[in-house]
Amino acid sequence: MKFVDCTESAVDLQVSIGSLTLKNPIMTASGTFGYAKEFEAYVNLHRLGAVVVKGISLLPRSGNPPPRIVETSCGMLNAIGLENVGVDRFISEKMASLNGVNVPVVVNILGDTVEEYREISKRLADVEGIAAIEVNISCPNVKKGGVAFGTEPEMAAAVTTAVKESCSVPVIVKLSPNVSDITIIARAVEEAGADAVSLINTLIGMAIDHRTRRPMLANVIGGLSGPAIKPVALRMVFQVSQAVSIPVIGIGGIETVADVLEFMLAGATAVQIGTANFINPRASEEAVEGLTRYVIDQQLHSVRELIGGLVLSD
Amino acid sequence: MSQIQEKTQVIRLEQLTSDIVRLTLEAPNIASIANPGQFVMIRTGNSNDPLLRRPFSISQTSSDGCFQILFKVVGRGTSLLSHCREGEYLSVLGPLGRGYRIDTQRRACLVGGGMGIAPLLFLGKRVLRKCPDLRPVVVLGAKNREELAPLIDDFAALGLKVHAATDDGSLGHHGLLTDVLKALDLGSRCMTYVCGPKQMMTAVHLFCRSMHYGCQVSVETSMACGMGACLGCIVPLEKGGYGHSCSDGPVFDAEDLVWTL
Repeated sequence: MKFVDCTESAVDLQVSIGSLTLKNPIMTASGTFGYAKEFEAYVNLHRLGAVVVKGISLLPRSGNPPPRIVETSCGMLNAIGLENVGVDRFISEKMASLNGVNVPVVVNILGDTVEEYREISKRLADVEGIAAIEVNISCPNVKKGGVAFGTEPEMAAAVTTAVKESCSVPVIVKLSPNVSDITIIARAVEEAGADAVSLINTLIGMAIDHRTRRPMLANVIGGLSGPAIKPVALRMVFQVSQAVSIPVIGIGGIETVADVLEFMLAGATAVQIGTANFINPRASEEAVEGLTRYVIDQQLHSVRELIGGLVLSD
Repeated sequence: MSQIQEKTQVIRLEQLTSDIVRLTLEAPNIASIANPGQFVMIRTGNSNDPLLRRPFSISQTSSDGCFQILFKVVGRGTSLLSHCREGEYLSVLGPLGRGYRIDTQRRACLVGGGMGIAPLLFLGKRVLRKCPDLRPVVVLGAKNREELAPLIDDFAALGLKVHAATDDGSLGHHGLLTDVLKALDLGSRCMTYVCGPKQMMTAVHLFCRSMHYGCQVSVETSMACGMGACLGCIVPLEKGGYGHSCSDGPVFDAEDLVWTL
């Protein structure tokens, strides 16, 4: 067996998201990796391209009542309701504990109004160690929440502008798949100054227990994630990457290095691993190892050769 | 908190009744650091369906690096697990969560219903080893003799006297386990360690409150990850907000939880 140097140093896995250079394209998805410390027992965090922490709001939120999650075929529905510690405690406790962990931290933010997004961004602007902000305009769980921003191009652009004006780090806008044409929203946030887009957030779904005739989630509807949504995510990454010129970050049912390759071929510059973290907490680091091996075995000059490399005709 | 992802080998699969299974897994790293009341997340198959791991409390560990779980086949995950073969490998995360806090000052009373009996065996062994003076009293209940008898045997083997109750009266008291509990003389200072169906835990909690006994309950919720990331496994807290059964629990002080009476 050939010895493979998995320290990434021997292989060019670098990708760029705006002004941010990642040592490899493997990120973790918001809401599936806690505040990263939860995974320290399983993962060498410094080997990941970046971690995206649980979505942060201006004030703490306790989230939805139980039951909040239900397993479905090859996937799961969640209606967590954006439970989080709020921006101030995030900065004082969670960011502080991530100091010394040598991995770029992307902070996912959410709000009920444009002003809330602006205020959170301002508070995060001067915090050391934040590599980028990911703007959640698409979470389907809270009735008054981000869904309106993600479905209206003007509102999506307004939020993007507000966040861009409030901070100097790269701004990634996370898109909702629950729209009729995702490329319209993608173009709107690109024009508003987004440095990148990430997609897809969860697909709104529902599960019913026919025996009790009740919904399986207290919130009735929730967001579907996991392998079940991968084909939808791939299609949308493919379409959006052709519609915009900023980097696209692929999300949706990614578990293995094969999934990573497929998303990059469809046009993704980087990817986020989400639900797979719940089943295999080492999924992200294993993807880095697998990608390193792939680039060596295929004798690629860099991982960037894969981006948009889909072969459409003979 | 120390957690490990371990590839474990199935050492023994015992069909205790038509739908209750006891599984012995060799997992030296997990077994050596586990505490009573902690749980593991087990991958029941290799495919994406069912997708998520399943949580099981540890029912005992052994000095040769094994631990046991006890479960009833209730769905696809447990059904798959009940068909695993000896020698096969399963991916296990653990030990997870906060287990029982042994009160060294108060008489110990272990109260288990149905599959909730599982973690109490581990606790009983630990109490006997660490604080034999607590003279643990054991109260166990289940549907019928067929379900309860094999579980009682493990406690009897430790030399513990078991007070039993069954729904159909086929073993021990005919009726509720709380009736048995109320009839016992536990003295004035007692800590009960409880695991079982919600209704039963509610009744035990109310009894303990009336007697000024301590009461620790192990709750069961659905969860995706078991390690504080999915935020799916919440339980409402008396002080407001929610606790996470995977990281704040699964064992809580009963007084800290909201009980729907």
